[in-house]
Amino acid sequence: MVNLTIEDRPVTVPEGTTILEAAKVAGILIPHYCYHPGLPIAGVCRMCLVQVEKAPKLAPSCATTVAEGQVVHVYTDKSLEARKAVLEMLLINHPLDCPICDQSGECELQDFTYMEGRKESRYRDPKRFNPAEDFGGDVIYVPNRCILCTRCVRFMDDVAHEPTLNVSERGDRALIGKFEGRDMTHPWAANVIDLCPVGALLSKDFLNKARAWELDRTASICPNCTQGCNVMMETRENQIVRMKPRPNENVNAFFMCDWGRLNYRWMNEKNRAEQPMVRQGGALAATTWELAITAAARALNGKKVFVAASPMLSNESLFLLTELIQGGSGAFRVVEGDEAPLAGVEDLALRRERAANVYGAEKLGFKKTRDLLGGLGQGDVLVVAGEDLAGIDAAALSGASDVIVISSVLPEAAAARASVVLPIANFAEEEGTVTNLRGRVQRFTQARQAPGETRPSWLVLGDLLGALGKQSNFFLPSEVFARLASVNKSFAGLSYDTIGFKGLPLADAPAGPKTPIAVGAA
Amino acid sequence: MGFPHHPHPRETTVLSKYFGDAEARTLDGWKKRGGYKALEKALGMQPADIVNVVKESGLRGRGGAGFPTGMKWSFMKPGDGKPHYLCCNADESEPGTFKDRELMRWTPHALVEGCAIGAYAIGAETAYIYIRGEFTEPLYWMEKAVAEAYAAGIIGKNAMGTGKRVDVYVHKGAGAYICGEETALMNSLEGRRGNPRIKPPFPAVSGVFGMPTTINNVETLIASAPILLNGADWYKKMSLSNPKSTGTKLFSVCGNVQRPGTYEVVLGFPFKEFLYDLCGGPLHGRKFKAVIPGGASVPIQTMEEAEATLMDYEGFVAQGSMLGSGGVIVIDDAQPMVTVIARLARFFAHESCAQCTQCREGTAWTTKIMERIRDGEGTMEDLDTLLDIGEQMTGTTICVLSDSCAVPVASGIKKFRGEFEALIQGRRFHPVTAAVA
Amino acid sequence: MTPDLVGGVESPDYASHDRAGHGPYTPVFVGDVKRELDDLLTRYPNKMAALLPALWIVQRERRWVSEEAMVEVAELLELTPAYVKGVVTFYTMYHQHPVGQYFIQVCTTSPCGICGAEDVVKAFLRHTNTGELGITSPDGKFTVIEVECLGACGFATPVMVNEEFIESMTPDKVPELLARLK
Repeated sequence: MVNLTIEDRPVTVPEGTTILEAAKVAGILIPHYCYHPGLPIAGVCRMCLVQVEKAPKLAPSCATTVAEGQVVHVYTDKSLEARKAVLEMLLINHPLDCPICDQSGECELQDFTYMEGRKESRYRDPKRFNPAEDFGGDVIYVPNRCILCTRCVRFMDDVAHEPTLNVSERGDRALIGKFEGRDMTHPWAANVIDLCPVGALLSKDFLNKARAWELDRTASICPNCTQGCNVMMETRENQIVRMKPRPNENVNAFFMCDWGRLNYRWMNEKNRAEQPMVRQGGALAATTWELAITAAARALNGKKVFVAASPMLSNESLFLLTELIQGGSGAFRVVEGDEAPLAGVEDLALRRERAANVYGAEKLGFKKTRDLLGGLGQGDVLVVAGEDLAGIDAAALSGASDVIVISSVLPEAAAARASVVLPIANFAEEEGTVTNLRGRVQRFTQARQAPGETRPSWLVLGDLLGALGKQSNFFLPSEVFARLASVNKSFAGLSYDTIGFKGLPLADAPAGPKTPIAVGAA
Repeated sequence: MGFPHHPHPRETTVLSKYFGDAEARTLDGWKKRGGYKALEKALGMQPADIVNVVKESGLRGRGGAGFPTGMKWSFMKPGDGKPHYLCCNADESEPGTFKDRELMRWTPHALVEGCAIGAYAIGAETAYIYIRGEFTEPLYWMEKAVAEAYAAGIIGKNAMGTGKRVDVYVHKGAGAYICGEETALMNSLEGRRGNPRIKPPFPAVSGVFGMPTTINNVETLIASAPILLNGADWYKKMSLSNPKSTGTKLFSVCGNVQRPGTYEVVLGFPFKEFLYDLCGGPLHGRKFKAVIPGGASVPIQTMEEAEATLMDYEGFVAQGSMLGSGGVIVIDDAQPMVTVIARLARFFAHESCAQCTQCREGTAWTTKIMERIRDGEGTMEDLDTLLDIGEQMTGTTICVLSDSCAVPVASGIKKFRGEFEALIQGRRFHPVTAAVA
Repeated sequence: MTPDLVGGVESPDYASHDRAGHGPYTPVFVGDVKRELDDLLTRYPNKMAALLPALWIVQRERRWVSEEAMVEVAELLELTPAYVKGVVTFYTMYHQHPVGQYFIQVCTTSPCGICGAEDVVKAFLRHTNTGELGITSPDGKFTVIEVECLGACGFATPVMVNEEFIESMTPDKVPELLARLK
């Protein structure tokens, strides 16, 4: 370990740590652009210059390792002048695009200029101009705004292992380039948009959709495959407009795949079941929650139940569903696609199974199958939980004595048979936990309000269990989880408090914890 | 030689003895002139001993940095099990400098010999001679000399029959001044853009292909041969002023002077006599106004400073400049300083690799302001801005191209401020009255 | 010393066949040229280091480096075309589009600037009928550009015509040189 002083604060960090990372430990953010803990060090932007006592020149803190007894000053006149000069020079060719630039409000050039930059520019000559380019995939490149930090180039080179981007030309003519016909279609390419500190690399999907300061942000988990990348779900006026990766050194480093990132629209689905319904006189009619729950409980009481569940449901809901089964069985199916690893990160890929909680469902006793209703016994009460029964014929339900729907939509196949419909929130509209393919339990929280009279799935199932005479005084999903942890050995010892927002592995998780990504890895 | 003129009696021609001698370029011709005796001697010595001789001699890097060569060679740790590399920096692109070109096209075998000696001394079996792409003649002669040396068994897997391997390859650059920077040269050799690298790691630890590497200038490597043959003391004795500056140096003289060319003098030679006597003084009817003594990256000297200078590393520093590459650009009173400096700024802006913000943007910004002043559209604030930008371009970047751009601007404004102000105030430059303004 | 061509280094004859990039692309590295590349590869411990030499071969054979050539080189050296393009655009000597039969480069950096380099440029522009830097004359014969320091400052003004390096060019010698080239 190395001891040093940064801005009069003593800091102790492992040998080999950079001054910039050590400063974070001391609670100081040294302004920087080209540095990123998930990329090799470049040291080119010169934004992170600090003064080190006894050193003749200012040190680039991202590229300088700590030394025993070092005394570092971040806010001396000399360092401030140097960083101010970098900002001024970055702005001389930078267009005054803030009013029309997507990055505005989450732009590091804005942020650091506001913190340490000049109020006015001394530049009075024409600015360099290059037209915007479609880089393919979800990526647009606006060269005029580019500060040549090269994070995007290094990501494609060293993390995606597919050098699609380059720096072209030299001097102040330089800009990021790609080759004609070779586009940013790599399954993880859109991460360059997150990495870009300014509005030079933009998402086509997000273009002009919302202002950064209009967005509400929630910590969640990407539900689109079993990797369980940590994300921020961002909404504007109750619509999810964007998902961005949230760093987790044990799951997804700093990244998420394009497919997951752009697959949020289903969570804004409008064609919903919004009212509890009960069949009366041959037709489904809207009713109150109390009456619907009562009807469902009556339909289920004492009967053998088959649950057709969804791997998108949380551990909490799936657990409560198992309490319903009692002697019956449950199954789920999952959409599959091609795996697409991110070569430069250990054990990170867009997984074949495209749902959030396959592991949790299996762990809780649901059978993975391609024939969802294959296990439906003659005369069973079919509970359709979280599923939309897409691609399944109404005839497949004929063996069921009754059908209870507990989903966010009323499946077409069940419309004629369902006697009760209990509308629930979807993944983005409630809180809970899911378990990724490595047995890691991770929390997700509510990103948007559920429509109509829909309720969180765990709440509905809790009330249903209560109406069936089983214990269910759950006011919070954490309480459901606590009960799960108390009865299931795999989940033992875990709680929402301990899981936090980085997650924890189940007691019997298959592979050990992944080697955490070394911060500042070169 | 005051090549292409006849050698001046006050020159000391060690390296430039055969400039203009066509026969010296062939293997036979070179051998007749004593060639490859130094390599023969070296291959019979221990590498550490060679390093010590070179250290003792006081030879310093002749490319511009002036770093003690023996010390640089001693950084290469023997017996580390890794392949070592020698790179010869023949990327000569510093404006005003053209000595390496002469060395390569007139004494190509001297460089082959120097590379072989250097490679052997640092434990390298492979030497790359990185020659800038524009040097068609040096490329031709160096390829020819290397081929002749291979054919005669002087180099190759059994160098001069000693069983030691020395491979020498010529590698052609493609038009980038920045590749003269040692870490950029290594990147270019590796097939990358010529971007300088952050140090640490240093080349002797992790250089080309990640292996320990030494990079030396052409003149430095060639000088190692006579040092080995004649001894360190012989070289040390050649020092007219400061004992830390020993041996001879090739000075490339260009610009507004009677006899431009390549001159070889002992370090410490009086600059005034050099300019007025050896180089013939100013052109007819003109007066010297300024000198840039070491290539475009060193501060401009007033004639007062230049005429008081003794030509060695310390001597130039004492008179407001640096020895640098020894590229002497002589400027007379017919030249507007602002135009000269603006064109230098444009050079640096063109050559910036684009990594560091201060260089990429600063060189271009400096050029724009300088050209506005040159064209009569400058303001007094521009002078402050130029100095401020220049200060922020100094000591803040990965390499010193950025600093180099700031240097002529800062020294120009400091020592020739009158010319800047005259243009700003709307007065046009007149050659005759320049000395007065 | 005669201030002209010293050393007898001449350029390949670029008039002899269609080099302007018309017609479908045919690979450069076949037969002897491929063997040349294979030999080059033995000089370096990895393939990437042969990139600059490989690009020089392309330029020698085809007069310029087209995007198809970049793809061919990339495949041979196990690089991506984007990477190769990044390198090509860094170095000024690789032509990224066809140029005139005689590519004339005049040094105008300050040491030559103060020796009348601008006048040499003007003379070339006038006598080649190009009138403007960087454009090719109507008969396809000449392109004139300014370049940075060519490393022959004592022989102002040095000029390169393709691979030919000519020292001490002055405005009055321009017509004679162009006549020799035509």
